Amino acid sequence: MTGIPVLELDRLAISYRSADGWARVVHDVSFSIGAGEVVALVGESGSGKTTTAQAVIGLLPANGRRDHGAIRLNGVDIAGWPQSRLDGIRGAQISLIPQDPGTSLNPVRTIGSQVAEIMTLHGVNRREIPDRVVALLRKVGLTNPGLRVRQYPHELSGGMRQRVLIAIAIALEPALIIADEPTSALDVTVQARILDLIDELRAERETAVLFVTHDLGVAADRANRLVIFQGGRIQEQGDTATVLRAPQSPYARRLLADAPAFVTPSPRPPAPPTPPGRARHAIVVDGLVQDFGKGNAQVRAVDGVSFTVDCGTTHAIVGESGSGKTTTVRSVVGFNRPTGGCILIDGTDLTQLRGEALRQFRRKIQLVYQNPYASLDPRQSVAEIIGEPLRNFGVSSAADRLRKATDMAHRVGLDRTLLARKPQALSGGQRQRVAIARALVLEPQILVLDEAVSALDVTVQAQILSLLDDLQRDLGLTYLFISHDLAVVRRIADTISVLQQGRVVESGPVETVFQTPANAATQELLDAIPGHRRAKVVPDFATLHS
Amino acid sequence: MSASAVPLRRFRLAVQPALVLAWAVILIALLWAIFPGAFTDYSGTVGAAGQQLRAPNALHWLGTDQIGRDGFARIIYGARHSLTGAFLAVGVGLLAGVWLGLLAGSVGGWVDDAIMRFMDVMLSIPSLLLSLSIIILLGFGELDAAVAVGVASVARFARLMRSEVVRVRRAEYVEAAFGSGGTFGAVLWRHVLPNSLTAVVSLAALQFGTAILAIATLGFLGYGAPPPTPEWGLLIAEGRDYVATAWWLTAFPGLAVVLVVLAANRISHAFGQVAP
Repeated sequence: MTGIPVLELDRLAISYRSADGWARVVHDVSFSIGAGEVVALVGESGSGKTTTAQAVIGLLPANGRRDHGAIRLNGVDIAGWPQSRLDGIRGAQISLIPQDPGTSLNPVRTIGSQVAEIMTLHGVNRREIPDRVVALLRKVGLTNPGLRVRQYPHELSGGMRQRVLIAIAIALEPALIIADEPTSALDVTVQARILDLIDELRAERETAVLFVTHDLGVAADRANRLVIFQGGRIQEQGDTATVLRAPQSPYARRLLADAPAFVTPSPRPPAPPTPPGRARHAIVVDGLVQDFGKGNAQVRAVDGVSFTVDCGTTHAIVGESGSGKTTTVRSVVGFNRPTGGCILIDGTDLTQLRGEALRQFRRKIQLVYQNPYASLDPRQSVAEIIGEPLRNFGVSSAADRLRKATDMAHRVGLDRTLLARKPQALSGGQRQRVAIARALVLEPQILVLDEAVSALDVTVQAQILSLLDDLQRDLGLTYLFISHDLAVVRRIADTISVLQQGRVVESGPVETVFQTPANAATQELLDAIPGHRRAKVVPDFATLHS
Repeated sequence: MSASAVPLRRFRLAVQPALVLAWAVILIALLWAIFPGAFTDYSGTVGAAGQQLRAPNALHWLGTDQIGRDGFARIIYGARHSLTGAFLAVGVGLLAGVWLGLLAGSVGGWVDDAIMRFMDVMLSIPSLLLSLSIIILLGFGELDAAVAVGVASVARFARLMRSEVVRVRRAEYVEAAFGSGGTFGAVLWRHVLPNSLTAVVSLAALQFGTAILAIATLGFLGYGAPPPTPEWGLLIAEGRDYVATAWWLTAFPGLAVVLVVLAANRISHAFGQVAP
């Protein structure tokens, strides 16, 4: 790094106002970014990384304030500047790539006018603007830019919208780009392409990039330096390779040990023998077809999917969004009535069941949802949530239900003091444990996990995954595990099916598919695993610690 | 910061003066309705000879009417009639509306269509006109007026309830409840109904104010309680003949209606803000 850094934070401290007064959320944070450098702020949710990034661009929420510290942009302290003065540099010298491309574009204005707006605001010659907009859209890799300028956001896919947002961010060739989780809302393969694009643009113009992410794998792949946040403090910062090879702080070590991308999977133990009286195959799906809509608007979401899951094993279904994986599992748990094909659960054809027979059947197969914030009734207490399935199946005594719910809560690692709480008083990881306890309280044979760990921080994710492992061993459960994250899949699954456009394009034992992928779609998914480029330099902390 | 300062501070932040005032108004009106004798020594229906049409003075704070009845006592005794009517009206509207909305939103299909098209027809008729038509069918009277106002508000409750039910039914926790073996009725009762009610309760508070106004209007038009009942609408109607000479006969009952309606609106607004 030579000369003055593009961005330099010096002992920055930020507080939020709450009912009890001001609470410090960022403590004396200092780091700097030079031209052409990528610095990643890594940490779990609530660690202060986003707040720090918001402070840099002067967009703290209304209840936030800077307590002290300097924010120097090319050597000039902008920390105390009023909003009106910051307007002059926002977009021109510092720009932001927001997290969610779905909500960050104005739905009633064309793509072209939104890209043009930033140039108008900063006084670019009006005659040049239309040509520059088209050139920018071409630059960020949008096909047919002449058509795109006239389109509206809803006509574009998530990845294309994120490209538009990047075009807006680089329009005035800023010195610094802040990318706040720019790909978290996107599919892994799209994510990899978007990150490649940011990387190319950075290299071309020597732009400094401040990259905010919860995903250590992504950060490891893309950043020159890592700044690791926890509880509003920097735990460790340094050169990416150094931090990965020899992390100094205990927190960084734990983060590395928990990141699925850096964990070499230990061979999974063979499945226990099938208990007597049960079919050897817990799930058999044969030629499943699912159509939606009628007449000309009919869409075939699932087109002849077949797979078999042995009792006591874990089968993973992977694929991009829109590949039909969620539709498939909804049919398997009996929420969709398939258009064709059959689904045998423990030897019984689910598609033939109706009404009360279907309800009784639900004891055997339970679903855990992706989002523990949406899948728990906000008005019920934890004990009521876990006890409800029992109530549905005739355990009428409240004391019995409470006893069983307490046992199950203990089993999934929930403290008994939490039983009286409502979901909003729990963390994301605790909520997902509640959801798992609710699914297990009926003692089902099969648990279907629909992206059940995707919304969680890596450390919590690792805890839930090892909980699932223990439960499978102790209770002889069969798992059907749906995920877009292949690093997680490799950790937990025995067999795998790769879905693309409603068809199974590859299937087999996990290690075989990972080591010798036969299909281009599988290969692309594997290449897109974040952290995959750096995985070799990282020592195996999981085995070191265990 | 000392430990004791924390709860105090939180308390101060939570208190909104306008809301406290609104609750105070409603509380006073309720106390008037329950214990009218504790607030005045005068009768609400029997006048005193020689005290006709007195302007507000130390004896009769809000003046007297054409047969010497104390204005303040009339308003206090009238609270019972107006508030009972409003509660009844809101009760009828809430109960019928919630069930119709729940049925329409949860069963769907032709049941939904049938119920909601009928509600649309009801909404297309101005509510006062609808109340008048119903009261003509029911017959004149205090309770009939309240029921008529309540029936006219069913469509508003039903429509809001249906939209809330449709929203909640799509929630993942409702699907999860079905997935864990819940029967249709159990899921509706445990999850859909409680989670849909918040907005409806807020509408009920708003409707309480509207109902007082509507019942007073019916009373004013002569369809409600018969004289000499001191119902607020009736008080205003009776005072109308003397508005040029005895302004207090219409002004004070009118003020009572306005204050209670505004207070109910403010409280309804607060309910709406609490809703998640």
